[in-house]
Amino acid sequence: MGFSLEGVGLIHANGFRALRGIDLRIAPGERVALIGASGAGKTTLLRVLAASLRPGEGRVTLLDGEPWACAPAALRRLRARIGLVHQSPPIPPRQRVVTAVLAGRLGQWPLWKSLASLVLPVDPDGARAALARLDLAERLYDRCDRLSGGQLQRVALARVLYQQPDLLLADEPVSAMDPALSELTISLLNEEATRRGVTLVASLHAVDLALRHFPRVVGVKDGAILFDLPAAQVSDALLRELYAAEGGLPLAGGLRALEPAETAGELPPLRCA
Amino acid sequence: MSTAVRDPAALPRLGWTLVVLVLLWPLLRLTDFHPAALFEAGNLTAMGNFLAGFLPPATAPDFLSLLGKATVETLAMATAGIALSILLAVPLGLVLTRSLSIARLGPGRRGWIGQSLRAVARALLAVLRGVPELVWALLFVRVFGLGAAAGVLALGITYGGMLGKVYGEILESTDARPARALLEAGSGRLAALCYGLLPNAASELVSYTVYRWECAVRASVVMGFVGAGGLGQLMDQSMKMLNGGEAASILVTFLVLVVAADGLSELLRRRLA
Amino acid sequence: MRAGVSFGGLLAVVLVVAAVAGSFAYLDMPLGALFTGTAAGEIADFVGRFFPPELGPDFLAKVGWAALETLAISLVSTVLAAVAGAVLALPAAGRHGVAGRVGARFVLNLLRSVPELVWATLMVLAAGLGPFAGTLALALHTTGVLGRLFAEALENTPPAPAEALAGSGAPSLAAFLYGTFPLVAAQWLAYALYRWEMNIRMAAILGFVGAGGLGALLYFSLSLFHEAEASTVILAMLAMAVVVDGVSAWLRRASA
Repeated sequence: MGFSLEGVGLIHANGFRALRGIDLRIAPGERVALIGASGAGKTTLLRVLAASLRPGEGRVTLLDGEPWACAPAALRRLRARIGLVHQSPPIPPRQRVVTAVLAGRLGQWPLWKSLASLVLPVDPDGARAALARLDLAERLYDRCDRLSGGQLQRVALARVLYQQPDLLLADEPVSAMDPALSELTISLLNEEATRRGVTLVASLHAVDLALRHFPRVVGVKDGAILFDLPAAQVSDALLRELYAAEGGLPLAGGLRALEPAETAGELPPLRCA
Repeated sequence: MSTAVRDPAALPRLGWTLVVLVLLWPLLRLTDFHPAALFEAGNLTAMGNFLAGFLPPATAPDFLSLLGKATVETLAMATAGIALSILLAVPLGLVLTRSLSIARLGPGRRGWIGQSLRAVARALLAVLRGVPELVWALLFVRVFGLGAAAGVLALGITYGGMLGKVYGEILESTDARPARALLEAGSGRLAALCYGLLPNAASELVSYTVYRWECAVRASVVMGFVGAGGLGQLMDQSMKMLNGGEAASILVTFLVLVVAADGLSELLRRRLA
Repeated sequence: MRAGVSFGGLLAVVLVVAAVAGSFAYLDMPLGALFTGTAAGEIADFVGRFFPPELGPDFLAKVGWAALETLAISLVSTVLAAVAGAVLALPAAGRHGVAGRVGARFVLNLLRSVPELVWATLMVLAAGLGPFAGTLALALHTTGVLGRLFAEALENTPPAPAEALAGSGAPSLAAFLYGTFPLVAAQWLAYALYRWEMNIRMAAILGFVGAGGLGALLYFSLSLFHEAEASTVILAMLAMAVVVDGVSAWLRRASA
């Protein structure tokens, strides 16, 4: 259940070139972190992997199929096997947590089941189990607008856990969480991927989290891949080049910062949804 | 562990669904709901013949001059009705405006005369606008006979009630300080209105009046259905005689009139804003 | 007040005065006659015949039944219109291409521009006399109004939640119901309740053209010169409007 990109390039509708000449091959079950400055193209790359953006150039192969050569129904089935955790949780504020989590399986359920679940949640136990892993089970029947930004992000994660996708993608899944919770959450994603043997690709703003938890790290700069190395081989020089424009390494801080003296005052801004 | 929290919304939802289902049946019975009637042979042919008569629309010179007259009558009815309603609304609206109350200036007397006057005015306005204009028209037709006079009076009364209430609200919500300064300096209420309130409220007052005129055009079109002249009366006659061609011409005139009034009112209001 | 009055402003005032004067002149209003002694006496006499309202139990039962019918017409037509309006609002908000948008907007404008009473006369032809015709007439006009309001609400809704669901393979109806509907539901409900308040008033007068409810009763009473009965019916109309306004305000608060 891996994927490959060959010479993928993409220009947004507003004329901005987001990706250029991306070659990336990831084997089934691999766990990869995407790092890079904001605006480098991490989100666009993840959306291409999620088969929700069609690149203008190059070839995309996902889970052994070419999504853009598929018929609409087949594309839909393919997408149902891909779970993407969005940067800002795309959850309606007035929806209940249980409904938001169960929405993860809309692509797998027949339509009647989705409709019935709107009236009475069909699988509250499944939703509770997914939430329990994120320590949020007691909020099952709360409305999402009663949650904090970090809690909402965990609900979005629970939705993807509940979906049980074959390809697990995450776009800065911990941007609204404090360092300790970020640590736990990233461990959980890795544990889930390892346990079920599925591929995991996560973009992270905090470099130390990426280096600590992922065997393979891909650095993205200006829409192209700067390096693609095992975590142990990512050097300080490479990181400095990657973040040249930002003037310092963004770290989650806390447990084991890379260069505490230099970056103590430069924790990344916590982005609230 | 098995005693998981039950969905707290389940019972209310079940209850409301039951209530709706139980209510739906008598409601449908009361409205005599039988869509099949639309497809009964008799009704279908009656409707079909009538609609077939729509083409070509009637264009006989006699009829067109009648149509022209009715159109002018409709417009005149709306304009005269609004003029009448302003006569009614201005004094009542002013009575409602507390910023013009002299008794409220100082401590001491609470001015029970003013308060009871305002209560009476408010009740009067509520009755005036609470009865639909068509009911007023029906009543006035009994007094003044068939013709536009009943329509004008009906519009004047209903719209007087609406305008009076809104005038009062607009004047209340404009900055009261200039008017109060004038009143405290010993000026009369009328002077305080003209020099203290109107400069700030005038454009909103006029804009709402123009909007009501647009509504009056729509309303006066249907006044004729109870015998109060204008296009509606013509339409009622053509419908009763099942003359599709005439009905089509009237309907088109009518749509043009409404769209034109819409456009004119929007243009005027934009100029005022 | 502004220092000088502009030429345009002066022209506007002159035009408005001329239009009003012309209107009264054209209509040949017997305004003078209104204020003569005999006319005033006639009016007082006419008004006097409305009091006291007819409160006999038989007639009250009749009014109660007609009021129920009116309530049913307003409710059923509003619900029908809300459903049809929602169905038309999706294409009208541009969710199914440009052609769908133009087509749906045209239909909605047509439904909205024809007033309820004209629809009612048409529906009396199509479905026969009675409350069903009134229900259909109100539903048709209200569909036009609600469809447009619903579409506007949809256009102002962020698309991200539904897009995320569609991105994970949800069928478009499910993505709409889970991703978009919760965002617009409160606004749609408020619009529907507002139209219900209008429709209870409209339902009360549709009877004038044979479409059932309180209006029919009022029309008969006045035709037969039973003014006392008519005044009971008018009071019932007022009471219904007040009750519906209250229920609607309560529902709006409860759903917020």
